[in-house]
Amino acid sequence: MTARRTGWLFVLPFLLVFVAFLLAPLLYAGYLSLYTKGLATGTTFAGFDNYTRAFGDPSFRKGLRFVLKFSVVVIPLQILVALIAALVLDEVTGRLARFSRLVIFLPYAVPAVLGALMWGFLYSPSFGPIEQVAAAFDVRAPFLLSQGNIFYGLLNVVTWQWSGYYMIIIYAALRSIDTSLYEAARIDGANARQIALRVKVPMVSSALALILIFSLIGTLQFFTEPQILTPIANGSVTPDFTPNIYAYFLAFRYAQFNYASAISFSLGFVVFLVVAIFMYATRKRGGLFT
Amino acid sequence: MRPRHVGAKLLLLALCAYFLVPVWWLLVASTKNAEALFSGSGALWFDGFHLVANLRDLFTFNNGEFGRWLGNSVLYALAGGVGCTVISVPAGYGFAKYSFRGRNLVFALVLGAVMVPLTALVIPTFVLMSNVGLVDTVWAVILPSLLSPFAVYLMRVYAAGSVPDELLDAARLDGAGELRTFVRVALPLMRPGVITVLLLSIVTTWNNFFLPLTMLSSSKLFPLPVGIGLWTQLASSNNAGGQSLWNLIIVGSLVSIVPLIVAFLTLQKYWQGGLSVGSLK
Repeated sequence: MTARRTGWLFVLPFLLVFVAFLLAPLLYAGYLSLYTKGLATGTTFAGFDNYTRAFGDPSFRKGLRFVLKFSVVVIPLQILVALIAALVLDEVTGRLARFSRLVIFLPYAVPAVLGALMWGFLYSPSFGPIEQVAAAFDVRAPFLLSQGNIFYGLLNVVTWQWSGYYMIIIYAALRSIDTSLYEAARIDGANARQIALRVKVPMVSSALALILIFSLIGTLQFFTEPQILTPIANGSVTPDFTPNIYAYFLAFRYAQFNYASAISFSLGFVVFLVVAIFMYATRKRGGLFT
Repeated sequence: MRPRHVGAKLLLLALCAYFLVPVWWLLVASTKNAEALFSGSGALWFDGFHLVANLRDLFTFNNGEFGRWLGNSVLYALAGGVGCTVISVPAGYGFAKYSFRGRNLVFALVLGAVMVPLTALVIPTFVLMSNVGLVDTVWAVILPSLLSPFAVYLMRVYAAGSVPDELLDAARLDGAGELRTFVRVALPLMRPGVITVLLLSIVTTWNNFFLPLTMLSSSKLFPLPVGIGLWTQLASSNNAGGQSLWNLIIVGSLVSIVPLIVAFLTLQKYWQGGLSVGSLK
C-alpha cells in the first residue's frame, strides 16, 4: 500500500530535524565524553575516566546536591499552588475567576530571564520595595540573593514563573471530569472539600504526574535564573552553582568541551534515572504516555 | 451566596496580587527617571512620568541596539515557532493516522526524547555547528528551535482525538489525494491544537536563553533575553554609567514582555483548550 509510504512522508521532515539536532548531538556528546584533550598529549581515548572524574568532582556534586534539594522543595510547592488555584477556579465562576485565571497564567508569557530580573529588582536593597517596607518598620529586610538566602529567592522566582502554567493544565483536566460524579458524591453526603480531595484530585492524577515529570526535568537543568542573577547576587552564584552552569563554564570559559560533555551527559543520566524511578513508582496508577 | 465562596474569592485576590506584583512594579518603574528610581521612596507607586523619554533612550542607546535585538527576537520566534509547527503538525498527524512499518518504534524514540534534558544537547550542538561554520549565525538559533518532540506528542494525541477516520476515508473516496485530505479535512479540525503548538513553540523560542547565549558571540545577533542579560552585566560592573542603564533595562524588560502577553490575551480561547490535550489521556 502507498499509505505506508505516505505515513513516512508526513513524519519525515520531523525525523530529519530529530536526527540532526537530537540524535546526532547526543551521540556526539557521548563520543566527546570518552576522550580527553591535553595541551601536550593531544586528544586521547579516556574510556570512562571523565565520568569517574565527574561523579568524584566536588563541584559537580555540589551543583547536583543543590538542584536535587531545590527540586524536592520547589516541585511540591509549585504543584500545591497550581492545584489549589485550579480547584478554587473550578468552583468559583464569574469575572474575578476569569481575571484570576489569566493573571496567574501571565508569568508563563514572561521570559525566564525577565522574571528572574524583575524579582531581582524587587529584592534589591537600592530600589526594591521589600527593603523600603522593612525600612518603614525600622528593620533590615533579608537580601534574598545573599549566600544564605538565594535558595529561597530562587524558590520564589521559579514558583512565580511556572505555577500558572501548571494551574491551566490541572484546570483543563478538572473541566473534563463528568460532573455527574460530583452529584453522586453529594448524594453520598460528601461536602465540597471531600469532593475536591476524594474525587477531583484522584481524577487529575495523570495531569499531576505529567507536571511533576516536566518540572523535574526542568529543575534539574536549572540554568537561566541563577545565571542571569549572577551579576546582582554579589557572588552567591558560583561557577559550580548548578551542574548546567558548571558545564557552561567548563565549555565556554575553559574550552574543556570533552569534560563539559561528560558533565552534561552525567546530568542527563541523573535526570533520566530520577524520571524512570518516578514512572516506575507510579506505574500502577494508570500509565502516563500510553 | 455561600460563605465558603468568600474565602475562595479572598484567596483568588491574594493570588492575583502575588502574580501581578512584579509586573506592576515593572510598569511603575518604567515611568520613572533614574533619580526617582533610586530615590528610595514608594517603589510600587508612580513618581513623575518619564515613560516616553525612557522609551526614546531605550531605542537610541548604543546606536539603537535594543531595536535590533527586538527584531532578532521576532525573527527567531517566528522562524523557529512557525517552522517547528509546520514540521510537528504533519508528524503528529502521520503518527496518529497512518500505520507504517516502524511507527511504534520511532514514536517510542520520540517519547523517550521528551525526557532528554535539551540543555544537555547545547554543548555538543555548539561543537557540531562550529564544525560546519554555522556558529554565530541566525541559523545556529533557528535550526535547533525546530525540534520539539513534545509538540509532536501533543499533535498526535490531538489528531487522534479530533479527526475521525471515517471523514478521511470519505475524502479519499471522493478522490482527494493524501496531502489534500490532510490540508482540507484534517487541518481545520485540528486548528485549536495547531494554534496551541504554534504559541508554545513561539514562547519557547522567544524565551530561550541558553541556546542563543552559547551560539552567538556578536551582539548584533542577540535576541532580547541575551541582550538584556548583557546590559545587566554592564550595569553591575560599571557603577559610573550604571544608573541610567538600569532604567533602560527596566523599560526594555517591559517592552519585551508586552508582545507575548498580548498574543496570549487575544488567542486565549484557543490555547486554554489546546494546552490540556497532552494531559487528558
